Amino acid sequence: MKEEIIWELRSDKVKELAKQGKRIDGRSFDEYRKLEIETGISENAHGSCRVKLGETDVIAGVKFDVAEPYPDSPGEGSITVGVELMPMASPVFEPGPPRADSIELARVTDRGIRESKAIDFSELCITEGEHVWFAFIDLYIANDNGNLFDACALSAIGALLEAKIPKFEDGKVIQKEFSGKLNLKKKPVLATISKVAGVLLADALLAEEKASEARFSVSTTENEELCAFQKGGSGTFTQKELDQAIDLAIAKGKELRSHFK
Amino acid sequence: MAEEKNEVLTYVDSEGKRLDGRKVDELREIKILPSVLSRADGSCYLEWGQNKVLVGVYGPREALPQHIQDPTKALVDFVYRMATFSVPDRKNPRPGRREVEISKVCGKALEGAIFLERFPNTTIDISAYIFDSNAGTRVTALAAASVALADAGIPMRDLVSPVAVGRAGGHILLDLNKQEEDAPDAVDMPMAILPRTGEVVLLQMDGLLSKEEWLKAFQLGVKGCRTVYKKQKEALKKRYLETSAEQDKGIKKAAKELEKATEAKMAAPEEPQTNDSEEPIGGDSK
Repeated sequence: MKEEIIWELRSDKVKELAKQGKRIDGRSFDEYRKLEIETGISENAHGSCRVKLGETDVIAGVKFDVAEPYPDSPGEGSITVGVELMPMASPVFEPGPPRADSIELARVTDRGIRESKAIDFSELCITEGEHVWFAFIDLYIANDNGNLFDACALSAIGALLEAKIPKFEDGKVIQKEFSGKLNLKKKPVLATISKVAGVLLADALLAEEKASEARFSVSTTENEELCAFQKGGSGTFTQKELDQAIDLAIAKGKELRSHFK
Repeated sequence: MAEEKNEVLTYVDSEGKRLDGRKVDELREIKILPSVLSRADGSCYLEWGQNKVLVGVYGPREALPQHIQDPTKALVDFVYRMATFSVPDRKNPRPGRREVEISKVCGKALEGAIFLERFPNTTIDISAYIFDSNAGTRVTALAAASVALADAGIPMRDLVSPVAVGRAGGHILLDLNKQEEDAPDAVDMPMAILPRTGEVVLLQMDGLLSKEEWLKAFQLGVKGCRTVYKKQKEALKKRYLETSAEQDKGIKKAAKELEKATEAKMAAPEEPQTNDSEEPIGGDSK
């Protein structure tokens, strides 16, 4: 309750500043916070990455496992994205089954990767109709200071970029031995634009998210393809605002992508 | 893997070296970084060999729902979890019985150190997540949690310093790795003490141990705990002495500026003092 009052006061300040063309941390509206990407953070993972976007901190790991393919796509593997909001990340996160917030984060991250066709699922097939690879991408939120969406998408790509597929022999996965690297054809990157007091801004801080009417996430590839959208929040966007947001997301996507080799 | 099991490994060679080159009483490398998360009241990232853990602490804060509150002391809620990718075969993201048990015993171990009676009706929430593992994750989590509690400024009798001891190939060893833990005669004994008094706050064991071996293992463990204690204290000192040194610098700088300003004022011709300046600041507070 005390928390909520403080956030409300902060919201007033954030909105007031937005109207004056300013942000609480002095950034311009289209400016991202400092992005740090660290890969290879877990030896047991098949690919791993820790992303810090300002103070927002996400740890991602990929594990490949063999499963039976879905009946409607016998020659294709797949991906699964899970997001866990660790209780340490915020005073309001609690341990337990995934809530709507973490499910939305996981599904938006999943769509950005899946729909970009960055991974050719037929390359994940071992024997048609019998064995295919599933890439389990699990994301752990360590610190939430806003814009978890972009941080999640970035950490997932970071982990996939260095992911290696294990050997599969005699119906068994051989751990610590690999048949090769995952072929990641594209680097889809999500950029989330928030609307605060009628102003569009990129990479919102938590205080800005709390003050925002709505958010719009756009996943883009290096070919400037748009591969996933997600509008959130109860506020609205005009068509002009959406066009602006998409242009901004493409430009910011390019900038964020350049952090990966 | 199957072939490896049949092969008899020499766990300690003629030169007293183990499979990974350590001596029998040598710990793996430990790296401790306190204050790594901005939102948590206290936090710690710790690497212990290949084991990697991140711990965050919130509290003491109001325990909710109200009926769980204890009017005589604070509650400790310790959550130990392993990331799905922290083990060779992917772990189910749902917490298993092992994680629930470890959470409980580690929470109790920390309760032994905290002055709980000072914070009635509150809870201290600790979460520890393992991101990479190679035997000994519970002691890794506990070592980090203890540092994170200190980082949160929670008053404690002492730090909790843990270590695992055990047996492999007939040898009593400090801080077993996975290969040693998989020995046919393996014994695993995680423990933790309050080093100032030597009181034991965590002790578990599985395997077959003679009384002589138990004594030897325990003594080796206490020695190991004390080494961990030193590293925990060093990490905290480094974190806080550096910060306070920076603060000192800031204070000195401000003092110098004030001195300069005063000198400049002294040099300037004296202004007549107004009545306002005579009034004590916050005069109505006393």
